[in-house]
Amino acid sequence: MVIPPAAPSAPPPQGGAAGGPAKPVPRRPLGQREQTAWAVLQQVPDPEVPVLSVCDLGIVREVKALDAGVEVVLTPTYSGCPATEVIAQSVHDALAAAGFGPVTVSTRRAPAWTTDWISAEGRRKLRDYGIAPPSGSAAVDDGPRPVAIRIHARGVDCPRCGSAQTERLSAFGSTACKALYRCLSCREPFEHFKPI
Amino acid sequence: MTAVAESLQLQLTPPVRYLLRWADTCLIHAQRLSEWCGHGPVLEEDIALSNMALDLIGQARGLLTRAAELEGQGFDEDQMAFLREEPDYFNLTLVEQPMRRSSAHSPGGDFADTVVRNLLLATWLKLAWQRLSSSADAELAAIAAKALKEARYHQQHAADWAVRLGDGTAESQRRMQAALDKAWPYVGELFAADEVDAAAAAAGLGPSRAELREPWRAEVQAVLDEATLALPAEVPFVATGSQGRHSEHMGFILAEMQSLQRRYPGGTW
Repeated sequence: MVIPPAAPSAPPPQGGAAGGPAKPVPRRPLGQREQTAWAVLQQVPDPEVPVLSVCDLGIVREVKALDAGVEVVLTPTYSGCPATEVIAQSVHDALAAAGFGPVTVSTRRAPAWTTDWISAEGRRKLRDYGIAPPSGSAAVDDGPRPVAIRIHARGVDCPRCGSAQTERLSAFGSTACKALYRCLSCREPFEHFKPI
Repeated sequence: MTAVAESLQLQLTPPVRYLLRWADTCLIHAQRLSEWCGHGPVLEEDIALSNMALDLIGQARGLLTRAAELEGQGFDEDQMAFLREEPDYFNLTLVEQPMRRSSAHSPGGDFADTVVRNLLLATWLKLAWQRLSSSADAELAAIAAKALKEARYHQQHAADWAVRLGDGTAESQRRMQAALDKAWPYVGELFAADEVDAAAAAAGLGPSRAELREPWRAEVQAVLDEATLALPAEVPFVATGSQGRHSEHMGFILAEMQSLQRRYPGGTW
């Protein structure tokens, strides 16, 4: 995976990917309050995959310390993800509880979120949790050719036994972001975080 | 007596109409897909159809919000979704046709009807999102770039089913071809460009629908070939939902969708 240049105030590698490389912006050092805010956000779980923090998921685009309070910019994962509002609320509540004063949470749609922004730590946590992390890069070349047809997509390793002998049961799983697979070696079903 | 919400009086400029066509097509298609919730042929498919409906509702929310901003009277996505009169909805006539459930005017359809409609629409929307993602309107471009990623999965899923059922048993193939023939008269509207399209293309807001015809045909043809299904012959009929002139089914959908917000204006979850 290619790590794109970092967004202005974001310590984890983020930005760029599907919408093309992020604009080169001069890095500025994080203030003390911003560092503390990032540490707080590391503890805010995704409500649907609670093993991941919102930082692991790569949806925190920016944290800005203001004269009074703090502003957080989030990028939604899926257009219709029912957790979007809950996440914004949890981020707000966690920072407010940590004494950051007035907390503003705003949404930035572009560039669109991609699973390429899930951190290496997040991928490890997903695998340990029993969810196969997104395979490869999410970048897609639509090109002029017609759609490829594949009934059983392959190429996802079983998060339990590590076997590459797996098959997709359904492209849509218990949440918008996951597909349902089964392992042909250990016979266990498992979920796969879809590259998008 | 409880208040009853008044309908919005919208300033329907060409850009607002253009956005509402995409928004309403997503919204009404999602409403039809959601009729499968709890009724899917298998659990996995029930979940898949609900997930796709959710994606489409999310896309519609973004587009309705943006349309309201361009409209300029300060309405929000809920007012736009629930407080318009039928002639102010601009979705394709295809998406308002009964799909699963029977209604006053239709016996309803089977799973083949859903697979076919999803294939035709997801392919069309994917091609549209590709072009809209470079819109001169940054907000529309951002919504489209996100939606494109989702539409690829929707198209892939519909194509998988089309092949499985089309190239399946004699009965599944017969039903798929019948579903395709039934949907076909509404396909002309997918590419029926008018002055709203021309204005959008000229302003760099987005593509004219006419642009989508050839790439759409190529992609759908490739899937149908694999599925051993035949592309029906072109028909002269062009439906007019995107002009605000709807089929007899639209009013029933709106009655169901709007009843709560009409009866309890501003009601929240």
